[in-house]
Amino acid sequence: MTWSATARGAHQPDNTAFTQQRLPAWQPLLSASIALPLFFCAGLAFIGLGLGLFYSSYGIKELEYDYTGNPGTGNCSACALADQDRAPPLRCSCAWYFSLPELFPGPVYLYYELTNFYQNNRRYSVSRDDTQLSGLPSALLHPANECAPYQRRASGLPIAPCGAIANSLFNDSFSLWHQRQPGGPYVEVPLDRTGIAWWTDCHVKFRNPPLVNGSLALAFQGTAPPPNWPRPVYELSPDPNNTGFINQDFVVWMRTAALPTFRKLYARIRQGNYSTGLPRGTYLVNITYNYPVRAFGGHKLIVFSNISWMGGKNPFLGIAYLVVGSLCILMGFVMLVVYIRYQDQNDEDEDAE
Amino acid sequence: MGSLAYREDLEEENSAFTWEVKANSRAYNNQFKKSFLCWQRQKHKSNVINTAKYNVFSFLPLNLYEQFCRISNLYFLLIIILQGFPEISTLPWFTLFAPLVCLLVIRATRDLVDDIGRHRSDRLINNRPCQILVGKSFLWKKWANLCVGDVVCLHRDNIVPADLLLLASTEPSSLCYVETADIDGETNLKFRQAPLVTHLQLTSVRSMASFRGKVVCEEPSSRLHHFVGCLDWDGRKHPLDSGNILLRGCRVRNTDTCYGMVIYAGFDTKIMKNCGRIRLKRTKIDRLVNRLVVLIFVSLVLVSMALSLGFWFKVTEFKARHYYVSSRYLYSVAAETFFIFWGFLILLSVMVPMAMFIMVEFIYLGNSMFINWDVEMYYAPQDQPARARSTSLNDQLGQVQYVFSDKTGTLTQNIMTFKKCCIGGVTYGPDEEEDTPHKENPYLWNEFADGKLLYQNAALLGAVRDNEDKTVREFWRLLAICHTVMVQEEDRQLVYQAASPDEEALVTAARNFGYVFVARTQDSITVLELGEKRVYKVLAMMDFNSIRKRMSVLVRSPEGSIYLYTKGADVVIFERLHKRGVKEWATEEALASFAEQTLRTLCLAYKQVGEDAYEEWRQRHQEASVLLQNRAHALHQVYEDMEQDLQLLGATAIEDRLQDGVCDTIKCLKQGNIKVWVLTGDKQETAVNIGFACQLLSENMLILEEKEILRILEAYWETDNSAPRGKGRRKHLFLPRVKVAMVISGELLDHLLLSLRKEPRALVHNVNEDGDASWQEPDAQTEDVQQDRRLSLMWRILGVQLRATVTPQVTGSSSSTSESPEVRRERAFVELASQCQAVICCRVTPKQKASIVALVKKYQRVVTLAIGDGANDINMIKTADIGVGLAGQEGLQAVQNSDYVLAQFCFLKRLLLVHGRWSYMRVCKFLRYFIYKTAASMMVQIWFSFYNGFSAQPLYEGWFLALFNLLYSTLPILYIGLFEQDVSAEQSLELPELYIAGQKDELFNYWVFLQALAHGTVTSLVNFFVPLWVSHDSAGPVSFSDYQSFAVVVAMSGLLSITMEVVLAIRYWTALSVLAVFLSLLFYVLATSLSQSLWLFQISPKTFPFLYADRNVLSRPSILLVVLLNVSLNTLPTLALRVICQALKKAGPKEREEAPSEEVAAVEPGPYPQRGSRGRRSSYAFSHREGYADLITQGTSLRKAPALGGDVLGARAGTPEPEPGARESLRPRANTWAPGRRRPPPQDPASAEDAPSPGAPEARPSGSRREPPPAGQEDREAPWKAPFASWRSWSSGWRQRLQGPRRRAASLPGPSPAPAARPPPPGGPRAPAESVPRRGRRCPRCSGRGSPGTGHPRARPSPNAGLCAPRSPIKRGAPPLGLLSAPRVPEPGPASAWGPKHRRLGQGLPSTPRPRSWGLRELSSRDTARSPR
Repeated sequence: MTWSATARGAHQPDNTAFTQQRLPAWQPLLSASIALPLFFCAGLAFIGLGLGLFYSSYGIKELEYDYTGNPGTGNCSACALADQDRAPPLRCSCAWYFSLPELFPGPVYLYYELTNFYQNNRRYSVSRDDTQLSGLPSALLHPANECAPYQRRASGLPIAPCGAIANSLFNDSFSLWHQRQPGGPYVEVPLDRTGIAWWTDCHVKFRNPPLVNGSLALAFQGTAPPPNWPRPVYELSPDPNNTGFINQDFVVWMRTAALPTFRKLYARIRQGNYSTGLPRGTYLVNITYNYPVRAFGGHKLIVFSNISWMGGKNPFLGIAYLVVGSLCILMGFVMLVVYIRYQDQNDEDEDAE
Repeated sequence: MGSLAYREDLEEENSAFTWEVKANSRAYNNQFKKSFLCWQRQKHKSNVINTAKYNVFSFLPLNLYEQFCRISNLYFLLIIILQGFPEISTLPWFTLFAPLVCLLVIRATRDLVDDIGRHRSDRLINNRPCQILVGKSFLWKKWANLCVGDVVCLHRDNIVPADLLLLASTEPSSLCYVETADIDGETNLKFRQAPLVTHLQLTSVRSMASFRGKVVCEEPSSRLHHFVGCLDWDGRKHPLDSGNILLRGCRVRNTDTCYGMVIYAGFDTKIMKNCGRIRLKRTKIDRLVNRLVVLIFVSLVLVSMALSLGFWFKVTEFKARHYYVSSRYLYSVAAETFFIFWGFLILLSVMVPMAMFIMVEFIYLGNSMFINWDVEMYYAPQDQPARARSTSLNDQLGQVQYVFSDKTGTLTQNIMTFKKCCIGGVTYGPDEEEDTPHKENPYLWNEFADGKLLYQNAALLGAVRDNEDKTVREFWRLLAICHTVMVQEEDRQLVYQAASPDEEALVTAARNFGYVFVARTQDSITVLELGEKRVYKVLAMMDFNSIRKRMSVLVRSPEGSIYLYTKGADVVIFERLHKRGVKEWATEEALASFAEQTLRTLCLAYKQVGEDAYEEWRQRHQEASVLLQNRAHALHQVYEDMEQDLQLLGATAIEDRLQDGVCDTIKCLKQGNIKVWVLTGDKQETAVNIGFACQLLSENMLILEEKEILRILEAYWETDNSAPRGKGRRKHLFLPRVKVAMVISGELLDHLLLSLRKEPRALVHNVNEDGDASWQEPDAQTEDVQQDRRLSLMWRILGVQLRATVTPQVTGSSSSTSESPEVRRERAFVELASQCQAVICCRVTPKQKASIVALVKKYQRVVTLAIGDGANDINMIKTADIGVGLAGQEGLQAVQNSDYVLAQFCFLKRLLLVHGRWSYMRVCKFLRYFIYKTAASMMVQIWFSFYNGFSAQPLYEGWFLALFNLLYSTLPILYIGLFEQDVSAEQSLELPELYIAGQKDELFNYWVFLQALAHGTVTSLVNFFVPLWVSHDSAGPVSFSDYQSFAVVVAMSGLLSITMEVVLAIRYWTALSVLAVFLSLLFYVLATSLSQSLWLFQISPKTFPFLYADRNVLSRPSILLVVLLNVSLNTLPTLALRVICQALKKAGPKEREEAPSEEVAAVEPGPYPQRGSRGRRSSYAFSHREGYADLITQGTSLRKAPALGGDVLGARAGTPEPEPGARESLRPRANTWAPGRRRPPPQDPASAEDAPSPGAPEARPSGSRREPPPAGQEDREAPWKAPFASWRSWSSGWRQRLQGPRRRAASLPGPSPAPAARPPPPGGPRAPAESVPRRGRRCPRCSGRGSPGTGHPRARPSPNAGLCAPRSPIKRGAPPLGLLSAPRVPEPGPASAWGPKHRRLGQGLPSTPRPRSWGLRELSSRDTARSPR
């Protein structure tokens, strides 16, 4: 093989930056001059953020009441006792009285909270049929196998909505009454039961089957409600836009919780006189006690809370930011010390050389 | 080659002659069937080669089968099958399915591409044209059409298409020259010869067409150099052996046309049978990773079991109290627990890094490509880039601790160049730097100059042309006369064929200076001296051997006076000088300076011999040469008498040119804590010389030799046998400052390492040694006393040092008592050797090379790399963890067995320090990060289990899991594996110390693995628990307390944390890395929005349940704040750690840098005995083989009439009938091809020690298998027929055959009828030389190259042959007294001969009073230390 400077050997590799691994590169050195300002700035920013979060969380009012009805905890005990034998007595009611010395600023949200309820249990959380819930008529009558044993009734009728989640729908209901003056009449506070679920859920993910002759009931013909339900799904609410699969209580329930202790939004208070919050006075929450929790050692709570830009009352996030911010600054100082020490040493070395 | 030889030796010769092939008769050949059960096929395969694995139909099933043979794939297949059971299916089906399919597809594609390549090359080969005899004429056909029994016509430079029986050729005697480079890697020509009968009768195409001979031979086998069969033709049987066979893959050279008959075709051919499977080498990291994966798997099982236990308690509660879910648990608690165990196993199987395997493959592949692409490892003169043949060893390149290097052709170019000379005390060096181009060639006046001599010295040339200085004249005359070079004329040019390249260099130099060696006959040498033709009558040739270390020629000049010309090692010559004057001192000075430049030197001397003296000497010589006993000794004495009172002419210096950059490379490697061992078949002096030349050895090193090594090991033995004592003292007795090097010969190795040989031979060895030493070096005994003193000091030091390091390990291990002596011996040796800065093993056989590598591997547990270029290195290359083949002129076999192919030794530096280090660093970083990533993202599943009642609910969306390892996190990590650079290539080369990290496994080991795991665990804890606590309190539309939002937040935090980690990990930011990070995030965005889109949800709501989850969740600032918190919590501490570590490390290197300089300064000559540089001067230019003096003087190989051999080769002797002598002279060669032991033992036991008659008796043993030729007649008449190319081949081969022939020779009857035959010097196996020219075929098995690498050592067929040698004659029944000493391989040969001699010089013993040499030595030692050549 003759070879000269111009002729290229047949096997000579390409002399490109890529093949020679000489791509133009930036090799950042994590020098202290970059890291230190970074840490101090980040620390300051985080502390600021943490303070903001903390104070906004601090400003949020929360009012909660455990109405599980363990013996001696209130007037729900009676209902709770009745609950012992697992067949919830119909229309057991109890009430929670509370008074607000000052305005509970709005918008006020009403939650219910369950504890020790494993909505995230695998067997439980797969027991649903999203196809059915998305309103496909074919799926309506043929629930998925995951729903078993809440797939079909003993009579053979398919259950709509099928599955364990739907069957265990939270069915306590609350009404809020306000007594402006002591001894005065209780006025019902309007609870807005819409807008409590994700918009995409109740407008996209959950759809009712197409109406038959303009009637939702006919659409659900040939299905049976879940065993625990006293009413069929199309009677969940009298509001035709809030009944069936797109009933927002139902949608909220079907969005299973991540943890065994969870809150779910029940209603928003934003109408009439109560749009700015709950004025001071005495309140009565009338609870229809249906849902048994004492069997598995759970609790039911009712929670009033208002909301800030960053959500509900949540001191943890703010505190966490404060801690991280201060840690940043601490680390910055440590680095500074190390840096100064070794910088000096290096300088000395250089001098020595 | 040694491996082959070894293997073949072991093979039982049980093959029956069941292979029948009839010429030109396909019908007959096709009748043979091979049946297996009920399935029959042709016994003889066709010549179609199909190396491809798959065809169109078998690809899918076969490939899938192969892939599922991998345990990891099988595991995932199993998991996927398990997932089919709804009871335990915890992950969506696609989560594991999608990655596995991807993986399979990628691998299958790769296999397919490979296979298509194979198909293509097969087709190329199968479609090669060749001429096949069809009917009455030769037609062009494809190789594929060739069948067994066909007659093929081949032309010059054709490749042999199948294993052929050579029927006839156009050359005389139907010789056919072949080049077997593709088969055994030897580039020299070999010849094959047709059987006599076919040569005589198949003279035309017509006769070929009617040829119906039948060949009966063995079944196809892989033994390349073995063939036995017979040709059955016209009722007569003619024996065939491998000398008649042209193997597939050879190339026909120098032969116009030859005809052959196919015996084995296609896959039956020897070469195809030899295409062994490539042994899979695995790297350390590979093994570690496999262990880790198993570890991960085991721990997953454990975790699953623990979690199942948790479930056990929970499920009772679920069943009893949680009414809303109890109906979903229908089975008993135990059954549910059993199911959940499998559920967890499936859920956690994502933690087994499946994608890692495929990515590692990509990374290896990519790094191999970079090696292939590296322009700086491209060697333009050969158009040879570096090539990674194995793509799975790259990371190991970064961990090499031992480099075993061949010498010849690897360190050196194996080119000898005449560099300097000293004539009459005047040194003539080259005028200018040799590289600078000259305007005109100063040798143009000389028509015989070959114009290639680089050495130019105008003054010398002038002196030569003036022809006035007698010394100058005699100097060049000597060089033109005193040698054993053969000459041949080719294309009107003289071509010299020498036994050693040194000699060739000298004679060529003389030729260029006007003293042209033109021709040689049995008893004359013709020289053109400055145009004047002079014929010298050769009276005697006293050849070189390793003991004499000189060679002399006694000639009668045309004027009639008698001259003795001697050249030899300086020590030997100076001892025999007539007087010592200024000239001599000057020459000695010159020699010292030559030695300092590590040139190979030779002293030249001559004297005029009086007629009377000659006559008297001649008679004694005559007497001695017919002695029956002790002839060698007697002859030696006679020579000794003649070689006295010499007059010094001068000295020559020849450079054994190192390859470019060898010194620098070795220096770099040493700085990188890589130990370089040179394993060479060459003799000790040369090896040591090269050791100095490439700065492996230096003057301030303590060089351990045979005796010291033995002493130290014995000392070690003693102390080891007694109880280990003084543990506390060891530390400070350890002397790191002593630089020690070891020079060890193959024989000693054999002696030391019991396990390498089968029978104890220590005793015999010692006897040998003493016997030889006593007569050969009269003053050796006295020296020993001196030496002892020195040794005792040294071994005390080293013994302690050795003990200090060895004993703790040995005694520390519980097995120390149970260790066998062999093991302890081996361990002791390896420990000692590994203490040395440099180790040179000389005269080692290929097998020993491999054994040494294996020993080091065994006892040091380090990564070894072997580099070599010749076939003799194959064993070593295959044994070492990494084999590097140098693609030189030596053919391809080393390359074909290697993992990496380089063109030059110096590229090793870049391969190891740059590519190896990078690869290692990349792979380690990749692995570390991958494990971190897996842990960080997947551990949350475990934490989540605690919050969902251990119900094995996956936390992530199925698609996130499926695509996480495929798309979201792959690219940056792939970038790390492919492109990451911690330091640039230049810095890597400048700071070889950086390499040490790899040797210590610093970048990836169990500790790093645990760190990565812990880091990942922390990240996963943060990612899980921060959202958990945050979500606790919040609710409502902005909450993420629902499962999907929570999953999204954790997944998002995990992904971003991991990405941030990779951003911090990448140290080498290029556009590609930015792209990688960007793309992986983009993939997340795209894939997530796709999998959460309405469109897919409508298709299958169940498969895509996370409708708009990300969009809803991530559009809320508070949730983004949580993600930010997670990421910063994960990133900032590691960032801080990195910064702090970096600050701390800055001080580190400074301390380290000081160490080496300290070391250099600390080398004080002190009490340690110094070797004088003079010792190195003994590297005379002879190779360790003898010359051809015997052949020449006996005339076996030469025509009597002085003819410029060119015409001998001439055109095809149109006569189909050559002189019978010529035929027969070639015959034995063919026969001796087979291993020596196949030869029938000599029939007649006799007593003559050396076969005095070179011809007849020698022909006998081999010829006895065929018709015995008319004895004695042929060797006189036989012209030198073999092409001169074969000179080289047999020259390297003859040593190897020494054993056998000598034995046979010894048993032949009668004294020598040939007066010229001289017995060999004792100890030097010379006798067989006589037989060599006629049986000049080189044994390709063991002659790696024309190199010394194999020559001498292979004199002993096996490592214990040296031991057997003296014995075997006894067995044969006729042990004359002399036998015990004479045929002995020169055991103590150079090894011990060199030592004492140069010690003597170095120590300036009174016996050599050379006052000035002291000063010289010191000067030179200082100089060499300072300035490399």
